[in-house]
Amino acid sequence: MYAFTYLRPGSVRGASKALATKENAKLLAGGQTLLPTMKQRLASPDHIVDLSQIDDLKNIEQKGRRIVIGAMATHASVASSALVRDNIPALAALAGGIGDPAVRHRGTIGGSVANNDPAADYPAAVLALGATIHTNKRKLAADEFFAGLFTTALEEDEVITKIAFPMPSRAAYQKFRNPASRYALVGVFVAKRGRDIRVTVTGAGSNGVFRWSEAEAALSKRFSVKSLEGLSISASGLNGDIHASPEYRAHLIAVMTARAVAAA
Amino acid sequence: MTKTGIGASVKRKEDQRFITGSGQYTDDVSRPGHVHAYFLRSPHAHAVIRRLDIAAAKAAPGVLGVFTGDDLAADKIGGLICGWMIHSKDGSAMKAGAHPALAQGKVRYVGDHVAVVIAETLAEARDGAEKIIVDYEVLPAVIDTAGAQAAKTQLHDVAPRNTVFEWAIGDKAATEAAFGAAHHVTKIDLVNNRLVPNAMEPRAAIGEYDPGQGAYTLWTTSQNPHVARLVLSAFIGIAPENKLRVIAPDVGGGFGSKIFIYAEETVAVWASKKVGRPVKWVSDRTEAFLSDAHGRDHVTHAELAMDAKGKILALRVKTIANLGAYLSTFSSSVPTYLYATLLSGQYDIPAIYAEVDAVYTNTAPVDAYRGAGRPEATFVVERIIETAARQMGLDPADLRKRNFVRKFPHQTPVIMMYDAGDYRASLDKAMEIADVKGFGKRKREAARRGRLRGLGYSTYIEACGIAPSQAVGSLGAGVGLWESAEVRVNPTGSVEVLTGSHAHGQGHETTFAQLVSERLGVPMESINIVHGDTDKVQFGMGTYGSRSGAVGMSAIVKALDKVEAKAKKVAAHLLEAAEADIDFKDGKFTVKGTDKSVAFADVALNAYVAHKFPTSEIEPGLKEGAFYDPTNFTFPAGCHICEVEIDPETGVTEIANYTAVDDFGVLINPMIVEGQVHGGIAQGIGQALTEGAVYDASGQLLTASYMDYCMPRADNLPSFKLGFTETRCPSNPLGIKGCGEAGAIAAPAAVMNAMTDALGTEAVAMPATPQAVWKVAQSQQKLAAAE
Ligand SMILES: Cc1cc2nc3c(=O)[nH]c(=O)nc-3n(C[C@H](O)[C@H](O)[C@H](O)COP(=O)(O)OP(=O)(O)OC[C@H]3O[C@@H](n4cnc5c(N)ncnc54)[C@H](O)[C@@H]3O)c2cc1C
Repeated sequence: MYAFTYLRPGSVRGASKALATKENAKLLAGGQTLLPTMKQRLASPDHIVDLSQIDDLKNIEQKGRRIVIGAMATHASVASSALVRDNIPALAALAGGIGDPAVRHRGTIGGSVANNDPAADYPAAVLALGATIHTNKRKLAADEFFAGLFTTALEEDEVITKIAFPMPSRAAYQKFRNPASRYALVGVFVAKRGRDIRVTVTGAGSNGVFRWSEAEAALSKRFSVKSLEGLSISASGLNGDIHASPEYRAHLIAVMTARAVAAA
Repeated sequence: MTKTGIGASVKRKEDQRFITGSGQYTDDVSRPGHVHAYFLRSPHAHAVIRRLDIAAAKAAPGVLGVFTGDDLAADKIGGLICGWMIHSKDGSAMKAGAHPALAQGKVRYVGDHVAVVIAETLAEARDGAEKIIVDYEVLPAVIDTAGAQAAKTQLHDVAPRNTVFEWAIGDKAATEAAFGAAHHVTKIDLVNNRLVPNAMEPRAAIGEYDPGQGAYTLWTTSQNPHVARLVLSAFIGIAPENKLRVIAPDVGGGFGSKIFIYAEETVAVWASKKVGRPVKWVSDRTEAFLSDAHGRDHVTHAELAMDAKGKILALRVKTIANLGAYLSTFSSSVPTYLYATLLSGQYDIPAIYAEVDAVYTNTAPVDAYRGAGRPEATFVVERIIETAARQMGLDPADLRKRNFVRKFPHQTPVIMMYDAGDYRASLDKAMEIADVKGFGKRKREAARRGRLRGLGYSTYIEACGIAPSQAVGSLGAGVGLWESAEVRVNPTGSVEVLTGSHAHGQGHETTFAQLVSERLGVPMESINIVHGDTDKVQFGMGTYGSRSGAVGMSAIVKALDKVEAKAKKVAAHLLEAAEADIDFKDGKFTVKGTDKSVAFADVALNAYVAHKFPTSEIEPGLKEGAFYDPTNFTFPAGCHICEVEIDPETGVTEIANYTAVDDFGVLINPMIVEGQVHGGIAQGIGQALTEGAVYDASGQLLTASYMDYCMPRADNLPSFKLGFTETRCPSNPLGIKGCGEAGAIAAPAAVMNAMTDALGTEAVAMPATPQAVWKVAQSQQKLAAAE
């Protein structure tokens, strides 16, 4: 780790101002991604802007047919929230399957979504459920938010404040864990809301989370495992590493999609 | 059996301190004014250092010193050594390339030590290291074990064809003849995957120089502090032994990786004088992956000759063993005398011939890792016998039974003389516990759920307690492998045992105390086990090879015998009786045929007060030492049975059942033994299913963190079913054999025999990851479809 200046604003406005005015500043949420990269000297921010003292960022509430989760809500609090469990159980289960207990008690939804790790779980849910990302400046639809590997539509001084999830009628997440890291080697989130059916895939795409439109089309005809029979996805454009070749990932996407539909 | 004596599952005394975070590990040691070392490591697998410019680093804030290989050479600090000489078939000595603690002109693996920066803080040391300019001329890297000898690039000038030695054991002519007469020959090609040890506590060292005494102290994560002192003193030349104290405090796991003497502790202790401050180095996890000695890494072709009735006639083995870029401390012994001497397994095999070529590659050094050679041997023997049974249409358990050694002692064709065992008993018991009879039903039931179920055996044998000093000396060991103990009885009757063994998780503080408690009738809390400090403890050989029970405790027994004999003399005077009439039991000395008695503590007090016996005949005090040299290896053996269930759709394997029946001789503390078995099996399952060090063709370690190196976790493992059989070990006073490595030795073969059974092909490599299994399942399905 290199030396840095630590700031702890009491408001989102203060955080945003620090981002805009301080040299090479970075937001700190749960620190589960940022701190390891700093320790390995892969990141070297001069200023750290800690969001942990901004209380209203941790709320989880219901607004009509939406569950609105504050950016600083930890994975553990989402997993155990009665609101989330009752209304979007697939989302609670996803949060409960991230990392290990220590990670879940520090890591936050805002940090995870802002980071947009191609193997992270939340992006699959945000995109599949058609969530809206609220920042200090604007509201962004999930489809316009994720912009490739570790890249989002966020601007330099933009802070995610909350994420609003519409309630689906059916949804499930199936995660095939990387045996070593336990991140998603392939994760598939399937969600049905009215006529809107979405199938999103994380862990596999060389450009991060994506929608599998063929599967969405097939399921739109009939939301059943049968509709997916014979459907496969091309391995080109998928990640390959020592744990899984693009072909294996392509195969797993089909298997996990079927399992998600069966579970939804 | 008393509540705390031999055979009692006493709770571990040391756990209170470990579990509550009050252990004292090397990193917990703080010395006044200590500073921090950071090693600049090679980013290349193979390169010539054209230029090394440390000027800017030296001038960096907080930096006290920057040292390179030239500085070590100028101080006549020698290189790291390999302490076991192996001779090739042609009689030539092994080719040991120079192994400087800091590179001299060349680096040979990613993580090799280029320079060290010592600074007030670790951050400043790292900042300093970033200012070192190195001009590398990158050379092609040699990575592949099987291809190393044919590679165009040579690592060490002294080692043509990158070959350390070409060694052989056994009777070649007799083996060839037996193959000529064989009814059936089974052939198999195996890779024993390279593993990274991953002790929970990473390596660490803190060196301190005391100018007043002209002496050094080194705290280090060592399994054998006296051996470390000997090597650092006599071979590396840090200081004479009497000017070097080595302390290995609490050590959080070793699995072999902390036997060896590494560059980092060498440099830390040497540099403490250079900078005039204590120097601390603590490995981070990435450094551990890169530079701890790795384990295994064999490529083997084996052939088994059988007669028509399934009797083994001969075994022929050719192994290429990858020793990495340099010879680590005991590396040469692992693929030779710790490996090929066990190729007879539990079987009566008339003829065996094995050739082992050891090679250099541009990878981290490879040395002993839990099991050291015996897991590799067991994997060969147990995989080939299972394969032979399948090929000949015989039941794998029956084939084993037909070939078990039944008469003891049994001389194998590969040096070992098995002294005691009952292999049939452990197999039978394991088959019963595992309900082998019900397997067919479980397999059919699994098939209905779309799962492939398989069952595999591993009837392993291993050799522990290494070993008779003369014997290992004749095989090339540079040291004797006895153990020492001193039993100090205090005037109040409490006891300190100074042992040359070293505990790094094994529970010696409990088991050794149980022995003393049983023998002297002293309560557990009055017994202290002292180890790990060369200033406190007499020279000892340390802990590895499951030797602390069989060898370390035998030394304590010898010392206790002497204590008891002396105490009897004192008691005789106190009780005014003849020494021959004194009995000692349950902590009390009694006079035969009378009710006169004196307690052990009173005798101890009197021994020190020395008022009541003639000191011209009996010396005051009650303290005795002993050195014990074993008369043979010990031979733990047993049967492990694994049942797996595979989801062919994803390639995910579940260990559905795991049964282990082991014969470790007499058990001192069954609970601790079970813990050792559990841990060993977990590591063995790790090797079979999850773990593997992967280097890419350029020599970058792709598995240098837990993001990619897959340790087995609780959810990869079932609840193990354990059982024990017992044949006493005849060669030591307690009848114990050793249990520390058996699980890791037996498990890989049991798991892979189950995997190959489930998948219906022998072509399944370790680690059988989901991807690998999926590929095999796919090609099996294609085969089936084509038929
Ligand atoms: C051992 C381990 C296992 C893990 N396993 C998984 C897993 O299985 N699945 C998974 O999905 N993740 C996993 N993670 C990652 C974990 O979920 C992290 O919590 C997450 O990636 C980042 O969240 P954080 O709150 O820790 O963010 P931080 O690390 O604090 O920040 C991450 C990035 O987001 C930015 N940021 C943070 N908050 C905001 C905000 N409100 N607005 C804008 N930018 C912001 C930061 O500046 C930084 O760039 C794992 C992490 C670890 C250490």
